[in-house]
Amino acid sequence: MRRFSWFNATSLTLGFAFLYLPMILLVVYSFNESRLVTVWAGFSTKWYGELLQNEEFLDAAWVTLKVAFFSSTIATVLGTMAAYVMIRAGRFPGRTLFSGMIYAPLVMPEVITGLSLLLLFIGIGLDRGVLTVVLAHTTFSMCYVSVVVSSRLSTFDQALEEAALDLGASPFESFTLITLPIIAPAVISGWLLAFTLSLDDLVIASFTTGPGATTLPIKVFSAVRLGVSPEINALSTLLISIVTVGVITASLVSKRAAVQRRREEQAAQRTA
Amino acid sequence: MRRAVLIAVPYLWLLALFLVPFIIVLKISLSDIALARPPYAPQLDLNEGWAGIRAFFAGLDFENFTFLTTDDLYWKAYLSSVRIAAVATLCTLLVGYPIAYGMARAPHEWRPTLLMLVILPFWTSFLIRVYSWIGILSTEGVLNQFLMGIGLIGEPLTILNTNTAVYIGIVYTYLPFMILPIYSALEKMDESLLEAAEDLGSSRLAAFWLVTIPLSRNGIVAGCFLVFIPSIGEFVIPSLLGGSDTLMIGKVLWEEFFSNRDWPVASAVAVVLLLILIIPIVLFQRSEEKAREAGR
Repeated sequence: MRRFSWFNATSLTLGFAFLYLPMILLVVYSFNESRLVTVWAGFSTKWYGELLQNEEFLDAAWVTLKVAFFSSTIATVLGTMAAYVMIRAGRFPGRTLFSGMIYAPLVMPEVITGLSLLLLFIGIGLDRGVLTVVLAHTTFSMCYVSVVVSSRLSTFDQALEEAALDLGASPFESFTLITLPIIAPAVISGWLLAFTLSLDDLVIASFTTGPGATTLPIKVFSAVRLGVSPEINALSTLLISIVTVGVITASLVSKRAAVQRRREEQAAQRTA
Repeated sequence: MRRAVLIAVPYLWLLALFLVPFIIVLKISLSDIALARPPYAPQLDLNEGWAGIRAFFAGLDFENFTFLTTDDLYWKAYLSSVRIAAVATLCTLLVGYPIAYGMARAPHEWRPTLLMLVILPFWTSFLIRVYSWIGILSTEGVLNQFLMGIGLIGEPLTILNTNTAVYIGIVYTYLPFMILPIYSALEKMDESLLEAAEDLGSSRLAAFWLVTIPLSRNGIVAGCFLVFIPSIGEFVIPSLLGGSDTLMIGKVLWEEFFSNRDWPVASAVAVVLLLILIIPIVLFQRSEEKAREAGR
């Protein structure tokens, strides 16, 4: 039985304290009565009430969710297609450029992506608003989706697809009946990743947004520039709890699925 | 036919929304600022045919790039971005390595939980994680209250709005990118090698330096690049935690565009930033390829 050595236990404790203390403090101070964030004046939930009555924040939250939903959904479709092309389509003219364009946005500084897209939208005379932010988010997050999906596609047994084709399935049927169910977990995590990236993005959204399309990060950023505010603490607490619940649920579900799969495999072996 | 459609759709999307915008940036970086809408010249006027195209190309020049070299602000900002990113990467490595090491040597049944605890902050908003440090580092912040409370300091320290706060912000937000590759390298390591080294008479520290560190080299290199490359162009951290004297190129570009409305210079700043980034990106790709070949 392995145990923690004192050195490892110390480094893990300090490390995780460093990672989590700032967020814990944020949560604690969101329940502070006083507007001065640094002075504890008793427990209160009034900042949550004020937050929920703040029309601007609610509007921004709604815009952000809309943008995140549409951009991550389009990005998942395009990213999965791109991954499929990269892994399965073989050679075609311009393949190098294609793979370059998929990987480049991953390392491109956000300020450059934002600036270049804005200049494009102005150049073609597209009015800036929800649509332009969706287009911008789709473009960078489809690359993340395609990386996630292609790593799954490259490890799975292509013979399964070939068997389906031999048995008379059309290429489309083989994709929807064989390939898609197998890569589904990667596609779903790609969608989640794209959704989070979009929810989170400040820089690209600031460049490509227009009147009526202020997203939550833009709103938060302009509030935070003036210093700490208890409403933002309350908002952060809500977002942190949503993410925590989401990630823990996802990991429990995938753990259950893994256990289930193992049980089925064992059952299949016994019957064989 | 179907294959062609499958290739064409993502291909055209990326061409239109990634490559073309970048060509536009390149073109505007060669233009001049103008009091017009859009605020740069020359404009391509296709109605005038060949003469228009020729006039357009004649109007392009490298003036903005010359300007970047003559004004101190820009090359200082580039240098300081690279320096801040390098120092912060080193700090992240020093903080991240012991954590990754502790995780890789933890009991097996603990590892999935520890891994999730490292990944969890990554899913939380970047902006919020940076923001959380404002309340900690400010003059009346939690850290100063704590240090004064235990009597370690008499006067509050000024940390917020300095480069130190920027380092802390980068280390904090990019830590998972450092931990994960080092962890995966350390986890694969065969621990009997350490026993062999100790049997052969080397001390535990010597065994760590001579065996563990070299074997986790790939993880260290990958982690450092993953922190270094995005920190160079960072905007949120220097603008929230840094001071007015914190020079980082992402911030300069932002201000050039939004405050000065000098689009040609902002574009030139972007082009040079990209040229600077190409070096570490190419190095990173090479080392990844080498690691993959060695792994085979």
